[in-house]
Parts: sequence; structure tokens; C-alpha cells
Amino acid sequence: MSRRGWRNRGWVLFFLLPSAIPLVLFTAVPMVSSAWVSLNRWNLISPMQWVGVDNYTHLLSDPATRDVFAHTLVYCAGYLPLVFAGGLGLALLLNQRMPGRAFFRAAYFLPVVTSWVVVALVWKWLLNPSSGLVNSLLGALGAPQPGWWTDPAWALPAVILASAWKDLGFVMVIMLAGLQAIPQDVLEAARTDGAGAWQRFWRVTLPLLSPSTFFVVVISLINGFQVFDQVYVMTGGGPSGSSQVVVGQIYDLTFRYGRAGEASALSWILFAVILLITAVQVRGQRRWVHYA
Amino acid sequence: MPSLRTVSRWAAVVLGAAIMLVPFVWTVITSITPNGSLAGGPTLVVKDPTLAAYRELLDALPMWRIALNSLWIAAASTLFQLVTGSMAAYGFARLAFRGKGLVFGLYLATLMVPMQVLVVPLFIEMKTLNLQDTYLSLLAPSIASAFGVFLLRQAVESLPRDLDEAATIDGAGHLRIFTTIVLPLIRPALATVAVFAFMGSWNSFLWPLVVIRSPELMTLPLGLSTLQGQFTTDWDVVMAGSVFSILPIAVVYLVAQRHIIAGIAHTGIK
Repeated sequence: MSRRGWRNRGWVLFFLLPSAIPLVLFTAVPMVSSAWVSLNRWNLISPMQWVGVDNYTHLLSDPATRDVFAHTLVYCAGYLPLVFAGGLGLALLLNQRMPGRAFFRAAYFLPVVTSWVVVALVWKWLLNPSSGLVNSLLGALGAPQPGWWTDPAWALPAVILASAWKDLGFVMVIMLAGLQAIPQDVLEAARTDGAGAWQRFWRVTLPLLSPSTFFVVVISLINGFQVFDQVYVMTGGGPSGSSQVVVGQIYDLTFRYGRAGEASALSWILFAVILLITAVQVRGQRRWVHYA
Repeated sequence: MPSLRTVSRWAAVVLGAAIMLVPFVWTVITSITPNGSLAGGPTLVVKDPTLAAYRELLDALPMWRIALNSLWIAAASTLFQLVTGSMAAYGFARLAFRGKGLVFGLYLATLMVPMQVLVVPLFIEMKTLNLQDTYLSLLAPSIASAFGVFLLRQAVESLPRDLDEAATIDGAGHLRIFTTIVLPLIRPALATVAVFAFMGSWNSFLWPLVVIRSPELMTLPLGLSTLQGQFTTDWDVVMAGSVFSILPIAVVYLVAQRHIIAGIAHTGIK
């Protein structure tokens, strides 16, 4: 090889190795070994025992798997509309000149930079069934006071509420950026054509926002299926498994029940589900996402 | 007189701010309320405010050290990701080599694998390397991020090539072009990557939970979560811990607010 070629190769290594080495060591190697572990029975201590695809077939027929996926789906179904409607609402409110706008934007965004564990603890206290702020307010209004994280029927809604509260500001910022990218003359043209505010919103603003909406939906569903921190802190998956989610199950299988093989298999099933859902959305975007 | 519309808009904005801020205010109030008076339900005016919960917190956990851990680990992983990411971005955008598409595809593939898939084998890897419960293990998974590489490569690709061609004619090598021309021009993208890297590390919970045992190596989310186990009902202590963990990030946020929000908005725009 020519001297020039060798020198070029040297530069390629120089620029790529600093990222390639850690990515291989801490992502690629674990990825491959995870696939390997998922084909074995293993409690992290005694030697692995090859079981082929048994972990997968067992998981797919296990009612516990169905439950954790159902809970994760319920979480997504509750969380997504809440953050989307809330975040869009806040963005619409702030998309106009008004005094104190910078302050309000900063306030809405504060929970986004707060860590999940803190948010979960704060909301666990706010939603404390006996002495929490929320139930005291509900009591003062004469409304029923749910048992929140102590009640199997209310544990997931409690987690959903806390999660939506944290992520509202994130969605708001994305939607605000989308709103500001809408050319004013399009809205102006609709107005001169006699479209009312309501019509302009549904017929012009919302369709032109669809790229931002698409981004929010894709990201929220990916994050939603990976929900863990707030569930672990607020409910620990309980009461009696009523709020156990997929990642919580992966954690428990590995570190509580010593079933690392099944845990790895479950993590691959989760990955496949996320990939599938994302792929479906990317394919489906042609029908409703309008890029200007 | 302001119109009804203006008034209702204001009411909505203020209500929104109340919903977002009251939990924080409530956290502070709880943390200075004497433990005994918490059970009676909320009061707005704290009778006999006390810092006892903070003292108890500092007795239970090495909180200063834990906060420092969180800060320097987040700072270090941000720095690492900026360096490794921008170098790779330059490599992919400006160097020609065989198999580039394949290598870049492999980078992207690592982007799609969630932490949950990696956590078990990564834990075992750390155990085999005898690194579990060390700072190195905490930092290892965030030295390089494919997301950063991807975002920065887009930024480098969008720079006009005439710039580096002119520099090459002037005798500048890759290293000079990279440091003096490319890096200053991709600053907005670097800021976005920095925001995500810092927040990602600062908030990270699952990985520290798996790999760290010693209290003096913990980060804030992990330390806080152990507090809950020890003091199931001591909400004043748990809230004191929450205040303790919110304060540093709130300061960072107030200083860099504009960049943080712009950085996040930047990712949503095609």
C-alpha cells in the first residue's frame, strides 16, 4: 500500500478508535453475550446450562409476561395522551408575546431536569393516601380519596401522573419549536379566507405540527416501554405485582430470582417489541405526517 | 380593561405554573417541618421549622460526597462523549475509507439497543473484570454514545467542504482542520450533545443501582432511593434528600437554561 494510504488509515484509526473501543467493549460485547445468556439457564453463580430457545418459549407462554406487558401498555396509554395534550396546551399558551413568558417556560421545564428518582419520591409523598397534599385537597373538595400507590387499581395511575408531570415541559419545548417553525403567512392566509381560530388550529396548525407530533410520539413510546425508575421507587411493582412493568421484571428476574437467562430473553423480546412499534410508526408516518 | 381572552389565558398559564411548581415548594416545606407534625396532613405555615431532617440525612448518608460524585461523573461523561463523538463525527464526515457505511451502520445499531438489554451482561462483564462497585464501572457505559456521534456527524456533514479544502491547500492537516475549523463551527450541536450527556448521566439510575454498593460511590438518585428503604415513613428526611439533589441541577439549569432548552428543541426539528 502506498504511503498516503497508510497515513490515511492512521487518521481513520485516530479519529474512530476513541469511540469505537468503548462502544465495542461496553455495548457490542454485552449485546452479543446477552444474546448468548438468553439461550442458557443461569443464576449468575453456577455454570450456565444450555437450554436453547426454552427461555423464550417459556416467557411467551407465561401469564406473568402477559401481565407485565399489559401494565406497560396501560402505562403508555395513560401517559402519552396526558403529556401530549398537556405539552401541546402549554406550548400554545406560551406561543404568544406575553409578560413573564421566559419565567413560565423555565418553570414548566424545571421537572424535566429533575431526576426520575426525585420526581418519584416527591410524587409518592404528594400522593400519600393519608397525609399527602393531593388527597388533602381532594378531601377538602369532598371528592373521593384514592389509595394511590397502596391500591392495586391506583398504583399505575399514580406512576402515570408523576411521569406526565415530569415530561410535560419536554413535550412543550419540542412543540413550541414546531409552532415557531410554522410560517405566519400560512395562518394569515387561512384567516383572510375566513377560517376561525378553531378551524385554523385543526386544519392548519395541527397538520403543520405533525413532524413534531411524530417525534414526540415515537420518543415517548420508546421511553414508555422502557419505564422503570419511577415504578421501582414509587411502587416497586406492587401492590401484589399490580404495577410491575417489563423492565422491572427484567431487574427482578436477574437480581431477585437469579434467572438471568430468562431476564436476557425478556430484554430481547422487549427490544423486538420496541423495534416493531417504532418501525410501524415510521412506515405509517406517510399517512399523517406532513413535512413542509 | 383586558379582554376575557387575555384574562383566561393568564389564568391558564398561572395554573400551569402552580401545578409545576407546587410540588417543589411542598418538598421544601416538608423538609423543614418537624417529623411529628407531618402525619396530621398538610399545613401551609410551618410551625417550628427545623433543619433536623437535613442533619439526619447527613448522618445517614455521605451526601456531600454523593452529590460531588454525581457532578463529576456527569461532567466527565459529558467531556468524554464530546471528545469521542466529535472525533468520530469528523472521521465519518471527512475521511474516506473502505467499509465506512458498514461501520457507521454498526454505530447506529448500538444506538437502538436499550440499556435494559445490556444491563445484565454489562454487570457480569464488570464482575469478571473485577470492576464492580468502582467509579470506572459507573463511567464506562457513557464514555462514547452513538447518539452523540450521529448528531455531530450531521453537523459536520452540513459544513461546506470548501472551508477544509482551502485549509488543506494552506497546508493544514486533519488535526488542525478538526480543532480550528470544524469544532468551533459545530458548537450548537456540541451544546445539544452536552445537554443530553449531562442529563443522561445525572439522572441515570438503573446502571448505578446494579453496579454500585458502597454509599461513598453512589450518585444522587441511587443514594436517595436507599433512603426510602431506611426511612419508610420519614418523609421529612426523604424530602430533605430531594431538596439536596434538586439544588445542584437547578443551579446548572438556571445558568444554562437557554442552551438546555435550545438543545432539546434542536433535536425535534427535522
